[in-house]
This record gives sequence, structure tokens and C-alpha cells, in this order.
Amino acid sequence: MTDSLAPDLVPATRNALSLLLLSMADDEFVIGFSDSEWTGIAPMLEEDVAMSSIAQDELGHAQALYRLLAEVVDDGRDADAIAYDRPVEGYYHARLLDHPRGDWADTIARRYLYDTADGIRLDALAESSFAPLRELVAKIRREERYHLMHVSAWLERLASARGEPRERLLLALDRLAPDAGTVLSPLPNDLSLVMAGIIDSSFDELDARWRVEVGRVFERLGLSMVLPVADPLTARTNHSDAFRWLHGEFTAVRREQPGATW
Amino acid sequence: MVSALTVPVVDEAAVRAALADVADPEIPAISIVDLGIVERFDVAEDVIRVELLPTFVGCPALDAIAAAVEERLAGFGRPVEVRFGFSVPWTTDRITERGRRHLAKSGFAPPGDDTCPYCGSADVLTDNLFGPTQCRSTRYCRSCRQPFEAFKLV
Repeated sequence: MTDSLAPDLVPATRNALSLLLLSMADDEFVIGFSDSEWTGIAPMLEEDVAMSSIAQDELGHAQALYRLLAEVVDDGRDADAIAYDRPVEGYYHARLLDHPRGDWADTIARRYLYDTADGIRLDALAESSFAPLRELVAKIRREERYHLMHVSAWLERLASARGEPRERLLLALDRLAPDAGTVLSPLPNDLSLVMAGIIDSSFDELDARWRVEVGRVFERLGLSMVLPVADPLTARTNHSDAFRWLHGEFTAVRREQPGATW
Repeated sequence: MVSALTVPVVDEAAVRAALADVADPEIPAISIVDLGIVERFDVAEDVIRVELLPTFVGCPALDAIAAAVEERLAGFGRPVEVRFGFSVPWTTDRITERGRRHLAKSGFAPPGDDTCPYCGSADVLTDNLFGPTQCRSTRYCRSCRQPFEAFKLV
């Protein structure tokens, strides 16, 4: 399978591709699982439906990315084994997604910071030389458009409201800001992906694009935020206690009934 | 006594007609052919291969659709291989005219149609971009006061 998938890649580039796929899959998996926690308890029925549907989309993207990763790595593990059978330390999602669900403002702020960064990452893969990823990304982008419309509307609503909604949003952004830059923090050897035409720009450039986009929106909404540049060495490691708890939740069925199927 | 006459003809037309019998499990009013998710199929001597396109990447109905296709084609007496791929992205443009009519008749606004499928009024609110399945959003008609669902434009 591997030969047909990425035949021309030298091992270093193949490793970089694996880390790219793993980072994207884990990001989608963790935010999808976190947001699915609103099912049944969202502030209103419409948002219960919306957040559940968005979470379902994200888990679907994660599954497709894990499947692709399984074919590239070709070490005998399937998508479920990669998704569920790693210890906490083995997960490679951005630290932005390590924060607990928090209140609705936390969820909206986290989603906004993540969706904008993820959107820029997907744009940079639209012409990827790695066809299976390019094809999958074409499909994913059409779905993410709805997520961005949804979260942008909420960001605007909270930011424009007087009093508690805006205050809560500011507090949420304060909590998340130190980790906001972790999504587009450079991956190891990401320049080899640029050289191979797998992604159109380095992560440093993507991060710069993201800061311009988010900066423009924040300025319009009167949100003055400092978003520090993340340290690439810790951007996707040293996961939090909140993630440790989430990991316990999403691996529970797998641990109790190994090999169970629906 | 099985007569040779009872073995159905296996040709493209027969397989295409059989595929048109398979309904979408989440919106049974529309067939998978009218939904535009049958990208291609190939009738070989020893196997029938069908390539389908997911409407949404994480659509939970994919296994049910594959099983329904296999079941419907089982009568042709040769193995059936169904796979999903992303070689081209499925978009709502792939829904046929007949498919759009069937959607509207069963109360779903076809993608890109902003009128009420019940009374035809354009005085319609988008209640929620999202709905009970990934491919649907929810709307409300202020003329006939009927909530309804619309197929998301993707």
C-alpha cells in the first residue's frame, strides 16, 4: 500500500508527512471530541444541534486522516488503533486544544482560534503534490466553511455584546492566547514538505498569514490580543491534566472492550 | 431445478437500474443515483465494482449504504466490491433534477433553493446552519409557519 501512496518520498520527507497527518488528525480528533461534550447541555437547542454536528464533522475528518496516515506509515495499525491505543504522551495535537471545555465563551474562542489556523493550513494543502491528501482536503474545506461561518458569527455576537458576554470572551481569550500559536507552530522538517510540494509554504509563513487574518478581525471587534509565537519544541507535547482526563474518557470503551465494533 | 433462464442479465443497464433502486438511508425519498454519489461502476466477468463518493467525510451512513448496494446487487450472482473515495469531491451540483424534485416533495428544500418546499414562499428564515444530519440545515417558513429542513449547499 505504501508504495502506491507515496512512492518517491525519501524517509525524512515521509516522516515529516506522517507528522503532518498525525498533527492534523489529532487536532481534529481532540477538538471534535471536546466539542461533542456539549451534546445535550449546550446553552440552547440550536447550538446543541450545531455543536454536535460540527463535532461529528471533525471526528469524520480525523478518521479519514488517520486512515491515510495508517497507509503512509504502514506498520500494521489501523485508524482506530492509532486514534485510541496511544498513551497521553503519544498525542500530537496543538496545546491550544489542551484547554478544558470551559464555558461557552471558552469554546467559541478556542474554536475561532483553531478554525482560522486550520483553514490556513488546509488552504496551503489545496494544491498538494500528495494526491490522496489533496483530494481529502478538497472535501474537508467545503465542510469547514460552515464551521467558520458559525464560529465567526458567535465571536462577533459575544464581542459586540455589552457586559458579561464580552467579559467572558475576553477572559477566555486571555486564557487561550499563550497557546493560540501552537496550531501553526513549525513541525519538524516542515521545509522538506515544501520542497516536495506537499504543502505550499513553511509553517512560519502560515503562522504569519494567520496573524494577519486574526489581527484584522480582532481589531474590528476591538479585541486587543497579544498572541505569542509558540515554541515548536513544546507546541504539541506536555499535554495538560484536562487532556489527560479527556483521554480517559475517549479511550474508556476501547479499554473495557478491546476490539469491540459497533 | 434452476434454469439458466432465472439468472438475470448482468450488463451495465441492469446494474445501473439496480443502483437506482437503492435509497439514501437518511433521506429515503432520494436514490443514491439521483443523489449523485455513484461516481462509477464497472461490470467485469468475475466482479461488480462500485465507487461511491461520501456526501460528507464523516457521514455515518456510509456502511449502511455500502451494505444496501451489496444486497441489491447480490442477485447478479457475482461478487460485489463497494468502495468510497475522494477522487472528486461530491458537491450538491451532483444531485439530479429528479433528485431535487423528490427532495422538495418530501419536505426538504433542495440545495440552493431558498423557498419553502410546502407553500413556495420566499419568506423563510435559516433557523440553524446545522441540522439532524451533517448534510442538512433547519429553516422556518414565516408564511405557512412550518419548520423544514434544507439540504446544505456544499
